Amino acid sequence: MSEKIIEVKDLVKKFGNFVANDRLTFDVYRGEIFGFLGANGAGKTTAIKILTGLSRPTSGQVQVAGINVSKYPERVKKKIGYMNQSFSLYNDMSVRENFRFYGGIYGLSKAEIKERTQYYLHKLDMERYGDQLLKSIPLGWKQKLAFSVANLHNPGVIFLDEPTGGVDPITRRQFWELIYEAADRGTTVFVTTHYMDEAEYCERVAILSEGKLKALDTPALMKQEFGVTNMNDVFLKLARNVE
Amino acid sequence: MWTFIKKEFFHIFRDYRSMVVLFGIPLIQVLLFGFAITNDVNNAKIALLDHSKDPVTREITHKLLSSHYFLLSRYLNSEDEIKPAFKKGEIKEVVVFEPHFAQKLETEGKARIQLIIDATNPNTASILNGYTTGIINSYTLDKMKKEHRLPAEVNVQTAMMYNPELKSAFMFVPGIMTVILMLVSAMMTSISITKEKELGTMEALLVSPVKPSVIILGKVTPYVVLSSIIFAIIVLLSRFVFGMPIEGSIGLLVAESLLFLVMALSLGILISTVSKSQQQAMLLSMFVLMMPTILLSGFIFPIENMPLVLQYLSDIMPGKWFIIIIKNIMLKGNGFLYIWKETLIIFSMTLFFLMVSIKKFNVRLE
Repeated sequence: MSEKIIEVKDLVKKFGNFVANDRLTFDVYRGEIFGFLGANGAGKTTAIKILTGLSRPTSGQVQVAGINVSKYPERVKKKIGYMNQSFSLYNDMSVRENFRFYGGIYGLSKAEIKERTQYYLHKLDMERYGDQLLKSIPLGWKQKLAFSVANLHNPGVIFLDEPTGGVDPITRRQFWELIYEAADRGTTVFVTTHYMDEAEYCERVAILSEGKLKALDTPALMKQEFGVTNMNDVFLKLARNVE
Repeated sequence: MWTFIKKEFFHIFRDYRSMVVLFGIPLIQVLLFGFAITNDVNNAKIALLDHSKDPVTREITHKLLSSHYFLLSRYLNSEDEIKPAFKKGEIKEVVVFEPHFAQKLETEGKARIQLIIDATNPNTASILNGYTTGIINSYTLDKMKKEHRLPAEVNVQTAMMYNPELKSAFMFVPGIMTVILMLVSAMMTSISITKEKELGTMEALLVSPVKPSVIILGKVTPYVVLSSIIFAIIVLLSRFVFGMPIEGSIGLLVAESLLFLVMALSLGILISTVSKSQQQAMLLSMFVLMMPTILLSGFIFPIENMPLVLQYLSDIMPGKWFIIIIKNIMLKGNGFLYIWKETLIIFSMTLFFLMVSIKKFNVRLE
C-alpha cells in the first residue's frame, strides 16, 4: 500500500469568484478504498470531474496512474472507470447490450466482452436477466450492474460518484461487498458519499467542507481524535467548526 | 463508432413514441397540407336571390353551378333573408340578380348583379369573387360574340408558369419538406443529446476514452439516415400523390437537401449544448425553429408582403433559403447556377452553428 495512484497537489478550481476547490492536497494509494465525504455543494463532484479529466483545474497538479490529467486527459481515461448516481446505463437496452456498448467504447474485443459479461452475470447471479431491458430490472440490481460495467475494462482506479443514492440499506451493504472484492483484486476505489455509515467502510476518509479539506485519516483515528463513536458525529463536529 | 450508431438505433426503435414522431408526423403533415389545408376553393355553398327569373339569369346561374367551384345551397326570396342566411354560416356567397335583368340587358345594354361574400376569411372571399366575376364575364363575352355586337375584342390570355393548375400542394410541399427536416433533424437530435445529459450517461461517455466528436457523430448519424428516408418519402408522396413535378436534377435536389439536413443537425447540437433538459430542448426547437420556419420562411405567408422588420428577420431563417432552392429545382428545373447564392447562405449558416456548438461544448468541459 505504498504506491501512489492519485496525487493531488494544491488543486484550485474557481468558477468566477466562487472557489469550488480550495488548495486540495492528498494522495491515494493503490488498492485503497478512499472515501470522499462532504455535504452537498462541498466540492466533491467538482474534484471528481477534475480527477476524471472532465474538467480542468484552475491551478495545481493532478496525477492519476502516473499521468498528468490536465495535460493528457485522453490517456488517463483509458485507465479509469466511472460510475455516477444515475448508473450511466441505458434503460431501453438489454443488460447484455449495455455490456456490449460500454465494452465497445473501451475498445474491448468481442470475445473479451462476451467472456466478461458472462463472468459478471454469473457472479451477480443475473444470467436469467441478460436479455431483459434494463428498465424492467430493480434499482439495486441496476446499481450492481453499473458497477460491473464500470469495471469491465479492468481499470486501475474506479471513481464512484455517490453510487448508493436512493438505494435501500441491504442493497447498499451488498454493493459494498462488490467494492471490497474489487479492492482485493488491486483496484483503487475512490468513492464520494454523504452517507456517514458508508464512511466507516472506507480505509481512509477525506472530509470536504466549502471547498476545503477539513480532515483526512482512517475512520478509527478520526473518531479517536474527535472523541466520538461514529463518523456521523465526526462530521457534525467538523460542520459546527465551520459555522 | 458503429457501436454508437447501433446503440442510437436501439433508442429510436424501442421508443414507439419517437417512431410515431419520426414517421407519423411527416406523413400526416404532407397529406393534411396536400389535401385538407388548401387555398383552392371547391364546392363553396352559395345562395341565389333572383328578382328576375328570366332565361338570362337562369343561364348565368347554370354556368356558375356547372363549375365545380360552387354548390347551390338554396334560393332566397327577399333581401331580408340574406343576413340570416350568412349568420347561420351555411353559405359563403349570395348572388343577387336585379329585377328585369334580361330586359335591361337587351334595352339598356347593361344589367346589374350584386355579389355579397362572407369575408371572415379574406383569402377565400377574394378567390370566390374572382371565380364568380370570371364566370359571369366569360358568359357575357360569349353572348356578345354570338350576337356579333362586339366591335373590338380584347383577349387576355393568362399563362400560369410553373404551376399551371395553381395547385396549392406545389406551394406547400417545399415548405413541409423544410419544416419536417427541421423537426426530425434539429429537434430529435437535440432531444436525444439532452436526454443523455439528463440521464447522466453523457458524463459516462465523456469519461470514456471516446472522443467527444465521435460521440456527437455517433448520435447524429442515425438521424441523418432517418431524415433521408423521410425526405425520400415526402418527395415520392408529392410526386405520385400530388403530381408535383421534379423538373430539375434529382442529384442536385438530394445534395441540397443533405446540406440543409447537416445545417439542421448542427442547429440541433447547438440547442442541446444550451439546454439542460429534454423539455427545454423541445421548447427551444419548437419556438425558435418550428414557429419561425412555418411563419417567416415564406412557407405560408409571402415574404414580400411582410413588414420590413420581419422581412429582415426572415433572412436569417435557414428555411427561407431552402424553400427557394427546392422551388427552383422542383418547379422551375433550374440548375446550380441559379441557386448558388442560397446554397452559400445555408453553407455558411451550417459552419457558423457548428463552430458555436463546438465552442459551447468545450466550454462545458472546462
